[in-house]
Amino acid sequence: QDLILPNGGTPAGTSSPASSSSLLNRLQLDDDIDGETRDLFVTVDDPKKHVCTMETYITYRITTKSTRVEFDLPEYSVRRRYQDFDWLRNKLEESQPTHLIPPLPEKFVVKGVVDRFSEEFVETRRKALDKFLKRITDHPVLSFNEHFNVFLTAKDLNAYKKQGMALLSRVGESVKQVTGGYKLRSRPLEFAAIGDYLDTFALKLGTIDRIAQRIIKEEIEYLVELREYGPVYSTWSALEGELAEPLEGVSACIGHCSTALEELTDDMTEDFLPVLREYILYSDSMKSVLKKRDQVQAEYEAKLEAVALRKEDRPKVPADVEKCQDRMECFNADLKADMERWQSSKRQDFRQLLMGMADKNIQYYEKVM
Amino acid sequence: MTENNFGLKKIEISVSEAEKRTGRNAMNMQETYTAYLIETRSVEHTDGQSVLTDSLWRRYSEFELLRNYLLVYYPHVVVPPLPEKRAEFVWHKLSADNMDPDFVERRRIGLENFLLRVASHPILCRDKIFYLFLTQEGNWKETVNETGFQLKADSRLKALNATFRVKNPDKRFTELKHYSDELQSVISHLLRVRARVADRLYGVYKVHGNYGRVFSEWSAIEKEMGDGLQSAGHHMDVYASSIDDILEDEEHYADQLKEYLFYAEALRAVCRKHELMQYDLEMAAQDLASKKQQCEELATGTVRTFSLKGMTTKLFGQETPEQREARIKVLEEQINEGEQQLKSKNLEGREFVKNAWADIERFKEQKNHDLKEALISYAVMQISMCKKVGFGFGEDTVYSKL
Repeated sequence: QDLILPNGGTPAGTSSPASSSSLLNRLQLDDDIDGETRDLFVTVDDPKKHVCTMETYITYRITTKSTRVEFDLPEYSVRRRYQDFDWLRNKLEESQPTHLIPPLPEKFVVKGVVDRFSEEFVETRRKALDKFLKRITDHPVLSFNEHFNVFLTAKDLNAYKKQGMALLSRVGESVKQVTGGYKLRSRPLEFAAIGDYLDTFALKLGTIDRIAQRIIKEEIEYLVELREYGPVYSTWSALEGELAEPLEGVSACIGHCSTALEELTDDMTEDFLPVLREYILYSDSMKSVLKKRDQVQAEYEAKLEAVALRKEDRPKVPADVEKCQDRMECFNADLKADMERWQSSKRQDFRQLLMGMADKNIQYYEKVM
Repeated sequence: MTENNFGLKKIEISVSEAEKRTGRNAMNMQETYTAYLIETRSVEHTDGQSVLTDSLWRRYSEFELLRNYLLVYYPHVVVPPLPEKRAEFVWHKLSADNMDPDFVERRRIGLENFLLRVASHPILCRDKIFYLFLTQEGNWKETVNETGFQLKADSRLKALNATFRVKNPDKRFTELKHYSDELQSVISHLLRVRARVADRLYGVYKVHGNYGRVFSEWSAIEKEMGDGLQSAGHHMDVYASSIDDILEDEEHYADQLKEYLFYAEALRAVCRKHELMQYDLEMAAQDLASKKQQCEELATGTVRTFSLKGMTTKLFGQETPEQREARIKVLEEQINEGEQQLKSKNLEGREFVKNAWADIERFKEQKNHDLKEALISYAVMQISMCKKVGFGFGEDTVYSKL
């Protein structure tokens, strides 16, 4: 089935740095990882504030377009709030414990005076929620998840949520079973490597986040001084005759610089930092999935040992052990597949991020000239 | 180095070296100071070749002595300023130490600039003491002091803020003095803020350097992204270290502004001298007028003004006609003298105004030309800095490796 790409047209072979990010955008849409054609599109937009007696909150419009049979209609438009996203994520973790679930932006705003309803905050959150859904959409298993479908289509999500509560207790038990304190003998090398990698990765990102914040702080202080510097030239030009024009020129130029710098720092805060944080959250959730995998393996090994010790030949136990083995192998396979997918999308994300940052810096310096 | 007409010869002056020295000062205590090598070359018209004619060493205090001499002997001239005595308007990386090599280097350039300014001034360049400064190493100090210029110096000029109530001030000079005050204030403010801006900019660049190590460490754990991250880290290091050169160039711009900050002071000094002259003139005229009146009173016998003499004569009896004649005679002599003095003072005053105004016009043109160039080259410097950074960030090769 031929699809019309939202951006339309073919990627142009342009070499100017300013268009490199947009080029990348187009490439991303073309460059499907598994070679499947896309048949599900989800977007998050149009934040709206709702004021009720008990609380005030924001909802976002979720638009879904799909040709999949799992969807009754070709198009859906629903409104969801953060709570609903949180619910969805928990549901996915429960129902797909062997897969890596993408992270959500932070639930609580810890830093004192951040306004939950400010345009900046809402926009940053909207982007993160959009990314969250898009990642699920891209995932060959998660995108077919029942809860995900309901999230995208149901008129009244709360009714469905209540229904699901009853099932929760049963599911919760089986999950608890899996994570019941078994000790792991030896972690297979590849998963150990992933664990180490994630540790270092999260550490480095944390450092980059701190450095970026410090840069922004320094840039803001620089900006303060610049804003005082420029007008002094204006004051001087008022005293002069022939020199008035060049002095006024320098003053205007410095004013220019100030504005460009302010835009640069805003972009850093809005685009760069959230991605770093997202990947740190991602690493954290991936590590907990790895732990679960370890548990599954541990359970399998323990059961195997128990059987070996008993030296009996009961059909029941081998079946039990077999189930464990299956579970473990499934887990391993799912995880590996997800890791690969994650690595590749991480690569793309960071490439886009760093090029975007570079672009912004170039734009800043061009403006300053 | 530039050329100029100097007593009909074309010469080139340069302050080419600076050297740390130790010696004993006037109180026989050991001190460390810097000496500067001044080289003078005369240029042959025919082939443009220059020949070294004189070379000697001078220290900053001798430059100060020369300038103070010029200030006294050429009161109507806006005398070029010396580079600052102590480092001011410093930002954190810049040293306030007079012995710091960067400070010494900038001072060397400033001193050379001073000599070139004097040498290219139509009046100052002909001065004998200036010539000897360049050519006679030993004994120069004594020669200067022998001119007795310190005695000539009006101590009242030192009281910068003392006001002299001038009844008929020359409006042009009043405006000029006001302008020089404003100029000093605005340039000081500019230099102060610029120093803070430099400080902050330094901070921004240096923190970017922290990225270098992290990107490098991160690249170690990545497979495909490794190269790209490594390059990105390297680029950050280059960026961070580029700030040193940038700020050095900016320091040069700051020095150009400083010169005109101090020039503003020289301008103000000329206005003050005029003010004093005017004041003296008015005092002399006032004195003459009162003497004339006294004379008239004695002659006609009417006492219109109160005088102690008048009182005492009333109390202790009239003076004799002979006494009165004698007094009138003395007064008439004084009045004559006074009139002569007033005439010459007036002439002096008019000469001063004419010459001063000519030099002020010359100065104005020089200032406009110099500052325009300085502002333009400052702007060009900023643009080239942006270009360099923009290029560094834009290297597709860096990020496409990711």
